[in-house]
Amino acid sequence: MNAPIEFSSAMPEVVIEPEQSSRNYWRDLWHFRELLFFLAWRDVKVRYKQAVLGAAWALLQPVVTMVLFTFVFGKLAKMPSGNTPYPLLVLSGLLPWQLFSAALSGSSGSLVSNSNLISKVYFPRLIVPLSALAVALVDFTFVLALYAGASGWFHVWPTWRLALLPVFVLLALLIALGAGLWLTALTVKYRDFRFIVPFLLQVGVFVTPVGFRTDFLPNWRPLLALNPLTGAIDGFRWCLLGSDFHFSAESFFLSLTTAAILLATGLWYFRATERTFADII
Amino acid sequence: MDDNVILVEGVGKRYRLGVVRHDTFRDRLMYALQSPWRRTSTQGNGDPTEFWALRDITFDVKRGEVVGIIGRNGAGKSTLLKLLSRITEPTTGRIRLRGRVGSLLEVGTGFHPELSGRENIFLNGAVLGMKRAEIRAKFDEIVAFAEVEQFIDTPVKHYSSGMYVRLAFAVAAHLDPEILIVDEVLAVGDAAFQKKCLGKLKDVATGQQRTVLFVSHDMAAVSTLTSRCILLDKGRAVQIADTSTVLNTYLDQVRQSATYVAPADRTRPCVAAIEVKTSRGNCVQAFGEALEISIVVDHPEPIRSACLSFQIINQFNHPIQHHWVFAEDRVFADRPGQTTLTCRIPKVRLNVGTYSLRVHLSEPPGGKYIELVDGVCGFEVIRLEKPPMWGWRPHACAYHEESAWNVAST
Repeated sequence: MNAPIEFSSAMPEVVIEPEQSSRNYWRDLWHFRELLFFLAWRDVKVRYKQAVLGAAWALLQPVVTMVLFTFVFGKLAKMPSGNTPYPLLVLSGLLPWQLFSAALSGSSGSLVSNSNLISKVYFPRLIVPLSALAVALVDFTFVLALYAGASGWFHVWPTWRLALLPVFVLLALLIALGAGLWLTALTVKYRDFRFIVPFLLQVGVFVTPVGFRTDFLPNWRPLLALNPLTGAIDGFRWCLLGSDFHFSAESFFLSLTTAAILLATGLWYFRATERTFADII
Repeated sequence: MDDNVILVEGVGKRYRLGVVRHDTFRDRLMYALQSPWRRTSTQGNGDPTEFWALRDITFDVKRGEVVGIIGRNGAGKSTLLKLLSRITEPTTGRIRLRGRVGSLLEVGTGFHPELSGRENIFLNGAVLGMKRAEIRAKFDEIVAFAEVEQFIDTPVKHYSSGMYVRLAFAVAAHLDPEILIVDEVLAVGDAAFQKKCLGKLKDVATGQQRTVLFVSHDMAAVSTLTSRCILLDKGRAVQIADTSTVLNTYLDQVRQSATYVAPADRTRPCVAAIEVKTSRGNCVQAFGEALEISIVVDHPEPIRSACLSFQIINQFNHPIQHHWVFAEDRVFADRPGQTTLTCRIPKVRLNVGTYSLRVHLSEPPGGKYIELVDGVCGFEVIRLEKPPMWGWRPHACAYHEESAWNVAST
């Protein structure tokens, strides 16, 4: 193993110049893909340490929210739910919402909470918010299992549409990533944005159709469709709840467009400011 | 670039000092509203808010070379390493690197206290850019090197600081990069482990033909490990030459600051000058030889009952000795004028390392504290006799007393 090293194509030249981030950024990103996994694994592993209930916390929150929303929207406000049991309607909306909110709050705080790494080691910084998405995805599988149980309890069985669920999972993640890239890069410079995210999520859960159906609110539908998550939630319900829901192409494509714009601009801003992270974090 | 693995051309790094910084969004908004015509990035050299940590650095390093980077605190050593390891980018110039760069800027970066030693090895390895398979292949070697076999599944928060550092160094040292950047990592850990680390670095450089950039204040380590050195001073590369030449320049540089002369505007009684006369010149004092410290006190008016004392402070900022003289015992400064007081230590018993002086001039009892001069007249203590098996280390102790052993076996 002590053989002298050879210069070959495996050892490319790196040029570091001002105002110009690495030409090999995407290749570096690929090289560091395992770091993405390890950072996510670290966060998952550490999260429930020294918590007596452990990972049960990942389930407790959606269960309580489901009960609460069923009571408030279903019983008090008497919102229609069609042929779908109300708890299942809420839970199918909570699935993408929880995924989104975990991914957004995770990724937007990710750079600052990993500042010791940022200021000491080089790696493509994009790894950090991406690993936060992976963590959110792990929690998502817990809630998905909870949903499967509830679905069986109410005798709602999956159809072929379930196979399309990953599309909408990806959609929710991309929206969160687009917004998360903006927010995490801005938080490095302006810590104000740390306070914006919890507020955004607190308001978001009510202006997003988590606790109610969009197709029974025709007057509000265009307004609701402006929220990019509406498309993801409608998609989730279409995949999970079968024939009771119709696929709304316009809300889906509107969501997709918003997600694409958010992601493209987020990525641009992140890459443009990334070079200075280590100096100002 | 032929045999060169590192090419640095005209590199500079400018930092903005915290005068116009907008840490909150509101500040930024207010600033923009109040003076929209002001440009946020002012160019030019006259800007007092900017500071060049590095300027016009040009050098190259060949494959398999071990290059030391030395200089006083704030000379720009760490900034240079940060640029080379791509943590931050230069303001001017260009750096070309060939091969994987591994940096030991701070051991244990990325360690998580809740995770076990085993888990942290994988995490830290990934942070440093290693592949999982690579880490797995070297796992046993890392654990053995760090000597933590028994505790490998214990969370590192329960580790002693020595174990922690050993594990962290072990991971980084087994990274096997083509270019290894090492910053002061040897300042931690016990002497035996430091020796092991130095040995490992030497092995990496000579045995495996890796390129090593080494920053340290430990001149002994620099001279044993490196063949060539870069001397930085106030952000500029003052000298790039073979290690012994650069070390001499560096010691001369330290010597220039080794005599203290009071600023010209002093009128009251004060410490006018301090000089340390070391046995070997050039601020190098050999253990067991005589050391003389001269202090000139200026007293345009008499001092009622003067007291002059000085402490010898070691590199860990601990006072090791205190010497004093009272006017009660040896009359001085009772008339207007100037007094030179010389203290001779016939046999210096300080351990190897670097020392400085802290000088007090006062008027006890109940009188005023006239002056304190701190951190001046740095000098180095070396030992010329054959070192013990572990070598002479500044960490071993503060002081060597004369002693005699009696060994009786039954």
